[in-house]
Amino acid sequence: MTAATSGGSGAEQPLVQFEDLACGYGGRAVLDRISLRLYVGQFAGIVGPSGSGKTTLLRAILGQAEVYGGAVRFVDQLPPRGRGSARRRPGRVGYVPQLETVDWTFPVTVQQVVSMGLAAESGPWPWLGREDQRRLGALLDRLGIGDCARQHIRDLSGGQQQRAFLARALIRQPDLLLLDEPTSGADIKTRHEILHLLADLNAEGITVLLTTHDLNSVAAHLPWIICLNGRIVAQGSPDDVFTSEILGRTYGAEMVVVREGDLILVSDKLAATRSTEAATVARGA
Amino acid sequence: MLLEPLRYDFFVRGLIAATLVGGLCGLVGVYIVLRRMSYIGHGLSHAVFGGAVTSYVMHLNFYVGAGLWGFVSALLIHALSRRRGIGADAAIGIITTASFAVGVALISRYRRFTRNFEASLFGNILGVTDQDLAVVVAVSTGAVVLIFFLYKSLLFTTFDPEVASVYGVPSGRVEALFALLLAATIIASMQVLGVTLIAAAIVIPAIVARLLTDSFSTMLWLSTLVGSLCGLVGIYLSYFLDISSGATIVLVSAGVFAVALGVTTFRGQSGGRAARRTIAAGRTRTTAGPFD
Repeated sequence: MTAATSGGSGAEQPLVQFEDLACGYGGRAVLDRISLRLYVGQFAGIVGPSGSGKTTLLRAILGQAEVYGGAVRFVDQLPPRGRGSARRRPGRVGYVPQLETVDWTFPVTVQQVVSMGLAAESGPWPWLGREDQRRLGALLDRLGIGDCARQHIRDLSGGQQQRAFLARALIRQPDLLLLDEPTSGADIKTRHEILHLLADLNAEGITVLLTTHDLNSVAAHLPWIICLNGRIVAQGSPDDVFTSEILGRTYGAEMVVVREGDLILVSDKLAATRSTEAATVARGA
Repeated sequence: MLLEPLRYDFFVRGLIAATLVGGLCGLVGVYIVLRRMSYIGHGLSHAVFGGAVTSYVMHLNFYVGAGLWGFVSALLIHALSRRRGIGADAAIGIITTASFAVGVALISRYRRFTRNFEASLFGNILGVTDQDLAVVVAVSTGAVVLIFFLYKSLLFTTFDPEVASVYGVPSGRVEALFALLLAATIIASMQVLGVTLIAAAIVIPAIVARLLTDSFSTMLWLSTLVGSLCGLVGIYLSYFLDISSGATIVLVSAGVFAVALGVTTFRGQSGGRAARRTIAAGRTRTTAGPFD
């Protein structure tokens, strides 16, 4: 359960392969001995404490981390998506960065942000062609933000902002969608909406890999979890990896895992103890 | 009365140059301000001064020597600031002040030509030659063409440089072209505004436009328009008040900024609030952006 394990989605065609990768920044390795396969059609989440290398793993796929050993490779060719479509080159990646990194004062509308996704492939003119405009409109409608197209990105709700940046990634028709903490800062309803949307996209054939701190949401929505802390601690289904022992090794803290039928709830021991004490005090009062 | 100075050829040349340079700085300034690299304009204009003096000493054409020097300086800043442990602010400080110091050292060594560079330092619109004007026209035209065809790539690399390269935008080439454009803008503006005042002409129109709009495309033409008008009004005032053209243009721009800030503050526009946040962010991160 620690390396090169099947993706859990039933698909067996590897899309991205990490081969004993060591990478980081400025000569300092953030990740070491990473051997991992990401399969076509997989829907996986990376969990781990802050500084464990979650974002660096995504950046390694994007070619934006310094490689000190090993390699990260895309497979040579992907099978066609849909009947009659030609075989496509791999490595078409859509990337949704952490929203915290976005400059919300920048003067751009939703439409302009999404059209950036086509900046390298929609001709030399400053405007989009008719077909690209139609696709953009249809995509925004599908993601439920069609009415916000001309709004400034700052004026959207958190969920809508996440969808706008997701649209920028999707308009490229990616094979692989990488999302850095897509549920960060979102309320419960928005979190579930985003994860459901990602599940729908995954069902359409897009491979999805995301990072998150939200263990309970990924336990409920994602079929495959990678536990990371500089190295891969474990990977597998939430049932397999969400144990006190594995999460304790991942986070370096005592973790409490409660199972209630299909439901898995995770908390660190300190928080769980405080909750129990608070509940006891409340009952006493 | 306004037509009176138009009888003089030097004034007409100066008027055209100031209007074009104002618009050019306004156009390029949008990207500078949004990249929060306002200090690069100031620094690079000083770096180019070193190139100007060096090209004079080496008997090279001013525009070729200074242009090459400015372009290389911009690329060096870009490369140096990407090294861990050297921030963009330090990179700009090192390259530009060292470059400026080369100019000062050469001037102090060959004192006989000190006066030739007063125009470069403080601007001398009355001394604009046909060649200077041709350079301003060429750079302005080039800037419009470059920004037209690189509009999407420049927007993406300005907004989100890391993701732009992931999405196939050739960020390195786009940044190199922008560095070239910035160096060319500064060189074309030196005769009109002077090294010491270029940064303000680049930054102020863009900030004024940002105060008034939340749309990137509107900001582009508005900043260009504000820059041009400030150049036009500034050159007239310079003539009638008999003060330095560069200083007058910058003071007019500063006045327009004060009015725009007052109006947007009074109206409490959301765009104004956003821009004030941009200004505040710019104060704390004046050199961030793609030169990070």
